[in-house]
Amino acid sequence: MSVRLNVFCGHFGSGKTEVSINYAIKLANEGKKVTIIDLDIVNPYFRTADARKILNEHGIELIASEFANSNLDMPTVPQDIKKVFYDENAYVIFDVGGDDDGAFALGQYNSFFQKEPYRMIFVVSTKRPLTETCDDLYEMARNIEHASRLKFTDIANNTNLGKLTTEDTLLSDYKEIEALSEKMGIPVTMQCGLEKSLSNLPKEFDEQKFPMNIYIKMPWEV
Amino acid sequence: MSEKVLMKGNEAIGEAAIRSGCRHFFGYPITPQTELSAYMAKKMPKIGGVFLQAESEVAAINMVYGAAGAGARAMTSSSSPGISLKSEGISYIAGADLPCVIVDIVRGGPGLGGIQPAQSDYFQVTKGGGHGDYHLIVYAPNSVQEIVSLTADAFNKSEEYRVPAMILGDGTLGQMMEPVDFDSVPEPITTNKDWATTGTGLKREHNIINSLYLSPEALEKTIIERQKRYDIIKEKEQRYEAHDIEDADIVVTAYGTTSRVVESAVKTLREEGLKVGVIRPITLWPFPVKVFAEAANTAKAFLSVEMSMGQMVEDVKIAVNGKAPVYFFGRTGGIIPTPQEIIEEVRKIAGGLK
Repeated sequence: MSVRLNVFCGHFGSGKTEVSINYAIKLANEGKKVTIIDLDIVNPYFRTADARKILNEHGIELIASEFANSNLDMPTVPQDIKKVFYDENAYVIFDVGGDDDGAFALGQYNSFFQKEPYRMIFVVSTKRPLTETCDDLYEMARNIEHASRLKFTDIANNTNLGKLTTEDTLLSDYKEIEALSEKMGIPVTMQCGLEKSLSNLPKEFDEQKFPMNIYIKMPWEV
Repeated sequence: MSEKVLMKGNEAIGEAAIRSGCRHFFGYPITPQTELSAYMAKKMPKIGGVFLQAESEVAAINMVYGAAGAGARAMTSSSSPGISLKSEGISYIAGADLPCVIVDIVRGGPGLGGIQPAQSDYFQVTKGGGHGDYHLIVYAPNSVQEIVSLTADAFNKSEEYRVPAMILGDGTLGQMMEPVDFDSVPEPITTNKDWATTGTGLKREHNIINSLYLSPEALEKTIIERQKRYDIIKEKEQRYEAHDIEDADIVVTAYGTTSRVVESAVKTLREEGLKVGVIRPITLWPFPVKVFAEAANTAKAFLSVEMSMGQMVEDVKIAVNGKAPVYFFGRTGGIIPTPQEIIEEVRKIAGGLK
């Protein structure tokens, strides 16, 4: 049951961009027509537009600010976003900038989101400072909802420690995420990570498994 | 307790500063260091500290001047153009012998330049920036974990010598995320701040924080005394990381983000059988001259790789002192050198040596 409009929001550094890119590629591999929107008006570094090549290879359309990765810190919203709301065949991934500051950019599309069902996924990593507990995450979620004028529908657990992630990392503070899910009244639908860091997940999580590749590399990793 | 978290370089500076006893942060936003200010804005009120967004960079550095004069551990941060604005205040702080920590997450210049990473402010931070005979102790970390330990060291050394210290990073280092713990943060040292303006309690003479001297003799005496402290720092505080220099034909040197690219290139080159070593300066002032002088006894060539048009290379030349040729390779304007470019540059030099 995939929904056409998929919005990924969360704390900056929670891994929204990697999750978004992987989700776009997954949909494209299922044969869907996919557009990914780099809606990050907050952070000029490490963003969806960095993965332009791999997205092209999968036939995924990228809509990004013409200033993305330029030498200009220009928090602009790409002008051709609105067209995706008129193309009923397109699956759309919104990779939204961090925190409520980033989610603010979504507000202007509210009338479109009123017209059809959407998924808004709260990407969480409890290994990120300031979002380590259920209460901190809840406050961030509510701030994002307020800024975006949209409601979260799902939680994606992307708890990781970068290169030091092990198969134990994802569920290391899982009680916080379970409490969050209960408090917000929405389910956890994705357990994200590299294939190997998902290898030890208990059976009950089988349907939520979301194996990822890392597409945004450091300059010394190329 | 070695609980690891995933942090951006900018956030790690903030947390390390707090754990080093910093409770006064005066900020002004500029890409690519803004996450540091944002982190302090969220964290300081929760721990009884002060976060203040000043009306300008000039105001922020002078607030640091005031807080440091009162004996507080104070910090401000900016990026290249903002550091230019702060330079007057930095000179005053140095002239008043006050400890503080200034963070510079460098971007491309000159002028407004651009927001992408650069190392073109090496001259500014090691040779002055502001006016007068003064120095900052300049630390150049190359990972988020090292940012943590060097931020702590910056506060302690700054206080020990009463010299302002700087953490020099670049946009990549500030924005990238790596796992960190804070086990390496030492206890803040405590010094007898008998110079601080904390109120006399009618029990002592007034302390005066000042950089103005009415007689040239008094000013010269103060500068010479300060210079003696600089000499001790130059002797005791040179820091670097080096490997494979004993048998190296070519020593490649780089600091910060660029050193990560160099390590990747050198790994490939050594696998090819080339004798390449690495010296990574961790303090840019004092520059680690001793290790270069020593390596110059055996190495046949040096290569300085920078995100600039060639700035640190001058200090490498001074340290090598004519014993071997010193080459330079750089990209600038927000471009990071690739491992492949460095590999080709080293191969070229190696070809010439045969």
